[in-house]
Amino acid sequence: MTQERYTFPHRHLLGIEPLEPRDIQMILDQAQAFEEVCDRPEIKIVPALRKRLVVNLFFENSTRTRNSFEIAEKRLSAEIINFYPDSSSLSKGETLIDTAMNLQAMRPDLIVMRHSAAGAPVMLAQHITKASIVNAGDGAREHPTQALLDAYTLRKHFGRLEGLKVAIVGDIRNSRVVRSNLWLLTKMGAHVTLVGPPTLLPRELQATWPGIHCTNDFDAIIPEMDAIMMLRCQFERGTGAYIPGQGEYVRYYQLNAARMRRAKPEAVVLHPGPMNRGVEITSEVADGPNSVILDQVTNGVPVRMAVLYLLNNAAMEA
Amino acid sequence: MSLLIKNARILDPSQGLNEPGSLLVLDGRVAAIGADVQAPADAELLDAQGMVLSPGFIDLHVHFREPGQTAKETIETGSRAAVAGGFTSVCAMANTRPVNDSVAITELALNRARAANLCRYFPLGTLTKGMAGEELADYGTLKGAGCIAFSDDGRPIMNAAIMRKALEYTAWLDVPVVAHEEDEHLADKGFMHEGAVSAALGCRGISAAAEEVMVARDLILAEHTGGHVHFQHLSTKGSLRLVREAKSRGVRVTCEVTPHHFSLTDEELRRFDSDFKMNPPLRPQADVDAVLLAIADGTVDAIATDHAPHAWDDKSCELPDAAFGILGLETALPLVLERLVKPGVITLERAIELLTSGPAKVVHLDRRGLGSLAVGNPADFVLFDPEARITVDRAFIQSKSFNTPFKGWELPGKVLGTWVEGKRVWG
Repeated sequence: MTQERYTFPHRHLLGIEPLEPRDIQMILDQAQAFEEVCDRPEIKIVPALRKRLVVNLFFENSTRTRNSFEIAEKRLSAEIINFYPDSSSLSKGETLIDTAMNLQAMRPDLIVMRHSAAGAPVMLAQHITKASIVNAGDGAREHPTQALLDAYTLRKHFGRLEGLKVAIVGDIRNSRVVRSNLWLLTKMGAHVTLVGPPTLLPRELQATWPGIHCTNDFDAIIPEMDAIMMLRCQFERGTGAYIPGQGEYVRYYQLNAARMRRAKPEAVVLHPGPMNRGVEITSEVADGPNSVILDQVTNGVPVRMAVLYLLNNAAMEA
Repeated sequence: MSLLIKNARILDPSQGLNEPGSLLVLDGRVAAIGADVQAPADAELLDAQGMVLSPGFIDLHVHFREPGQTAKETIETGSRAAVAGGFTSVCAMANTRPVNDSVAITELALNRARAANLCRYFPLGTLTKGMAGEELADYGTLKGAGCIAFSDDGRPIMNAAIMRKALEYTAWLDVPVVAHEEDEHLADKGFMHEGAVSAALGCRGISAAAEEVMVARDLILAEHTGGHVHFQHLSTKGSLRLVREAKSRGVRVTCEVTPHHFSLTDEELRRFDSDFKMNPPLRPQADVDAVLLAIADGTVDAIATDHAPHAWDDKSCELPDAAFGILGLETALPLVLERLVKPGVITLERAIELLTSGPAKVVHLDRRGLGSLAVGNPADFVLFDPEARITVDRAFIQSKSFNTPFKGWELPGKVLGTWVEGKRVWG
């Protein structure tokens, strides 16, 4: 418990990058309080965002993240509008800034935004003066609430983040989950190892995160890890062009029972979903005793409640 | 019809002039220049105390968007931006709509430039018909119509055999092949430099190798054919090293660099501001240092702006979708003074050479007496105050567009007047 009163100082959550460790701590602590709400047997709702208007603005398709946000908003008693342009603004002949100004004209309090272009919420935030923006994933840049729920899950399991050895495995190049986790885990003192084939593992990441370890050899690092986070192999987004084929990918990077036997018994397995069962992870592992994959999904709701709640409070105080 | 500019610092690298003196213009031509000039009694007088007088600048690389995209720029507005920046001649790229692969488009553009009556306008023709990269353009015919060089700028020539034939054919006509070097497979739809910043931001990058492999290929082809290749906007350490080496062996190669590539790095992209998106992209400091070194050691022949106007709506979308390119004409001299002369990378004299006689030689405008104020040459000149400061704001920018990354910058170097053939066109 901190003695001094610290108010969440951010207007938007565009990424983990601008957060201080104590901001992260604050979100995770708040999420813990909301988890109790979510675990209530009777009414799982608090009035924290009553009469506040949240716009879910998803330019890119997403079922899981969208549902998780929507449940979080409902549990906070918010008014919700869903808006799925499902394409970039350019294809409509409207600029992203037009879209922003149109939205702002409707006076929402919070905008939850997913976009296929890195930086789109950053651009939007430069033009939205009256609402808070939550980045729900922008291209391969950041997906801050995913990293927060991953951290929440790890903290809950291990009781700490500091000193944990976490491997992130797969298509590092094209993953926003990786970048948000890199910011978060390194800020919180965890040790990150990135694993993937050379073409999907840009070594330039070490310029931004000098403390991390990068390797192509998954087998070599498995025994040391406290947590192994498997990434979705995004064949639908062209991952295939970077590797010889799915068979070879499976051979080197699939987390299966044989590899899991070499891991620490208490190691946990994470996956941001949706999984390609039989590609980056086998069902035995995904559904096995070390998996916390469904806990991640469960934890997503209180973590997103915490983010929306803290941003709303920050806006009310401003 | 005579004009005497006196008490200026005369700076003409083509004649090795760097001294206080005067310029006498008679009927649009240089009648006398130097410390000791006798003027007729009826000459119009202009006292240029404290100012620099040099040949008008020559830009090897502008996009004036006419015909076809006149919401971005017209030949008239582009020409006004040119003379405001001290440029008296511009070489205009062929990627208009339609592209300039015909005498009709060349003549249309030349007519518009004549009507604007501001700076000299030298069109480039496309290197291939329709800029499709498949068939050679009508080089001789287009040269006859007024094209001074050939380029598919904006699009690389991916077929090496086409580039080879273009170099072979144009060698006979003594015109350069002007190349935008970028292997499009390696560039892989990138929209910023591939490196630490793009990796951190999760953005698709254009690797330095995309430029360098094409520079290497075309140096080999230039050497084999004897053709003259001119590389546009070189931006990487590797490209400049290759050019330096080829020049030392006598390959017919020239190159230009832009003010933005020696003034800015890819760190700027962290704000996702599309005014920092251009092609080639901004590179890391090591490449910027290599550009500065190549300017200092003579590897670079010219500073060119790649003036590429885009309307607000072309730029105000998501970064991957935003148009490539930025303005350059009005900010070129101030950036040269601030980033090259002030820190001592090069002397003012060498800087002016890179804006005048250097580019003139690349496209043989020196043969028409441009880029030099030798007696008898056209009186194309600029008068500027190297100390007076300017602010880059909307009023300062004459272009129809305002896509400059230097918004709000305060820089030294104020153009006080620009003259083309003895006629004042600015100031």
